[in-house]
Amino acid sequence: MSILETTREVMRRDQVWPFLQHHEQHVDISHQVLLYVEGLNLSFDGFKALNDLNLYINDGELRCLIGANGAGKTTLMDVITGKTRCDSGTVYFGQSLNLLEKDEAEIAQLGIGRKFQKPTVFEAHTVMDNLELSLKSNKSVLPTLLATLTGEEYDRIDEVLDTIGLKAERMMLAGSLSHGQKQWLEIGMLLMANPRLLLVDEPVAGMTVQEGERTAELLTSLAGERTVVVVEHDMEFVRSIARTVTVLHQGSVLAEGTMDEIQNNPDVIEVYLGEAP
Amino acid sequence: MSSFLNNFMSFSRINGESKVAPFVVILLAVTVLASASNLLMPADSVFYVSTYTITLLGKYLCYAMLALAVDVIWGYCGILSLGHGAFFALGGYAMGMYLMRQIGDRGVYGNPELPDFMVFLNWSELPWFWQGMDQFWIAMLMVLLVPGLLAYVFGWLAFRSRVTGVYLSIMTQALTYALLLSFFRNEMGFGGNNGLTDFKDILGFDLQSDTTRVTLFMITALILAGLLVLSKKIMQTRFGKVIVAIRDGESRARFIGYRTENYKVWLFVYSAMIAGIAGALYVPQVGIINPGEFSPINSIEIVIWVAVGGRGTLIGAIIGAILVNYAKTKFTAIMPDGWLFALGAMFVLVTLYLPKGLMGLVAQLKDQQLKAKPQSGANTPNEKAEEGRA
Repeated sequence: MSILETTREVMRRDQVWPFLQHHEQHVDISHQVLLYVEGLNLSFDGFKALNDLNLYINDGELRCLIGANGAGKTTLMDVITGKTRCDSGTVYFGQSLNLLEKDEAEIAQLGIGRKFQKPTVFEAHTVMDNLELSLKSNKSVLPTLLATLTGEEYDRIDEVLDTIGLKAERMMLAGSLSHGQKQWLEIGMLLMANPRLLLVDEPVAGMTVQEGERTAELLTSLAGERTVVVVEHDMEFVRSIARTVTVLHQGSVLAEGTMDEIQNNPDVIEVYLGEAP
Repeated sequence: MSSFLNNFMSFSRINGESKVAPFVVILLAVTVLASASNLLMPADSVFYVSTYTITLLGKYLCYAMLALAVDVIWGYCGILSLGHGAFFALGGYAMGMYLMRQIGDRGVYGNPELPDFMVFLNWSELPWFWQGMDQFWIAMLMVLLVPGLLAYVFGWLAFRSRVTGVYLSIMTQALTYALLLSFFRNEMGFGGNNGLTDFKDILGFDLQSDTTRVTLFMITALILAGLLVLSKKIMQTRFGKVIVAIRDGESRARFIGYRTENYKVWLFVYSAMIAGIAGALYVPQVGIINPGEFSPINSIEIVIWVAVGGRGTLIGAIIGAILVNYAKTKFTAIMPDGWLFALGAMFVLVTLYLPKGLMGLVAQLKDQQLKAKPQSGANTPNEKAEEGRA
């Protein structure tokens, strides 16, 4: 906040000054909605990447986002995780946490995990170290310098290694894993942090059919306890996991519903297949 | 008491396949041997090591410490600093100021308070930043604080604005060049062009005597060994793992919740402090500090030492610094004008054929040996596990 703004805030006498307010850090989901995205606008040099986008994600839901290239799926994730600043709009996590005023690290510590399109793991570290780094812990400099793994944390790592099926590879360097294994390791790293909301960008890209099936199983098993948002191009995959599907088109929501509803929606057909018959 | 001893033992133990422990032993053994040969052997003995050689070795070890500082930040965090010479020189100047104040009235002008160059400039009193520098502990504090503070401010500004890669390198070059220009000015109060020199003694010991020189050399070796172990230890903590993680995927590290700029700033401060210590040890052994130490080419040379030794290995940086400087001593004696060409050629060759430096070459040769002997293959998984734990 600039000095001018701060002074203005202080001059106002009808409200408690923001820096005196108690900032709650826990997620309030009393209305069963975990993520509110409202009126989001963002343009890059005149190109409207997001155009008045509204999206509500319920707690414990598994949501799929689909849409053609440039529909704004990845941009939306960038805004939610704090990588990109939007021009206007609001993003709330639960009832009270405004995500737009926080940076990436803070958002991650609130419990929003993100998986990138391209698997990004720390290649020079072992699988074990990758998971250790993603543990939910105090992540400021000094505590990290003095941190040692406790027994519980070991157990947690073991548990996640089991879930992602990399138990035998725990001492291998992450750089020597196969593409699919890296994808799983990245999902494992998200799980270590015990997030409320998982944003998963194209999890099955470049995977074999069997690997894809296992990933689908993994993601469906996570929903319920956590909220999962998946961006995917692969329609087969979306059909196999999705309960609710949101279609994005030119930066705003085109349709929302079950897979069958979506496939019979005339708007969607028009956008995907050209002119409706 | 026993728990303290246990703590100490577990701290000094370097686990895994690390070569730090044997290296420290060799370093200290050579130091003791050279020192003993200087002090105990008669001057006409074959085993006699001249004081000139001792000082030369001490100088190499200071450079090695400087290379260690650059390796910590470049090899482990991927931040290519081309301005570490600045931190080295600042540490050197802090030590130089202390040594200047120790001269007292033995200077050319015999002024008990003011160093010669200030008398020459007709200054009547000591500038504020020279106050207290006659106290050894204050000077030593400044050796750490001045480079540390500069690194903190510079790093805070640069890393917060997410300046990375070649832009950061250029900024560090600009930093050291700006300091070079300002230290050249007489008004700065650091002796201008001539710098600080003509030192007499340190803590009451004559700087020209053999014992003082040997002691300085031994202290340098001990501090280098200590800093090597400390750096290795830091890199083995979770902090160190985060640092490597930042090198390999900074945005990923941010998205799992680490404020990467804070990590980079503190590592930069640590590295700058090592450079400052190296500078402080360098000055009493060489006997002079002048603005030339700030020159951008010096900072680039450090990077070459690290590249030759192998970055990200700590020991490699030390070996690289010692070897390249030894080569420089020999080369400049034979062909003074050719050294820069040799240095450039070395950099090109190392980048092309030894991207991992000498340490990488050693590891590669060892690998080939292992492959040649199939019966040792049974041990490989075990070693891998050890490596992971290191």
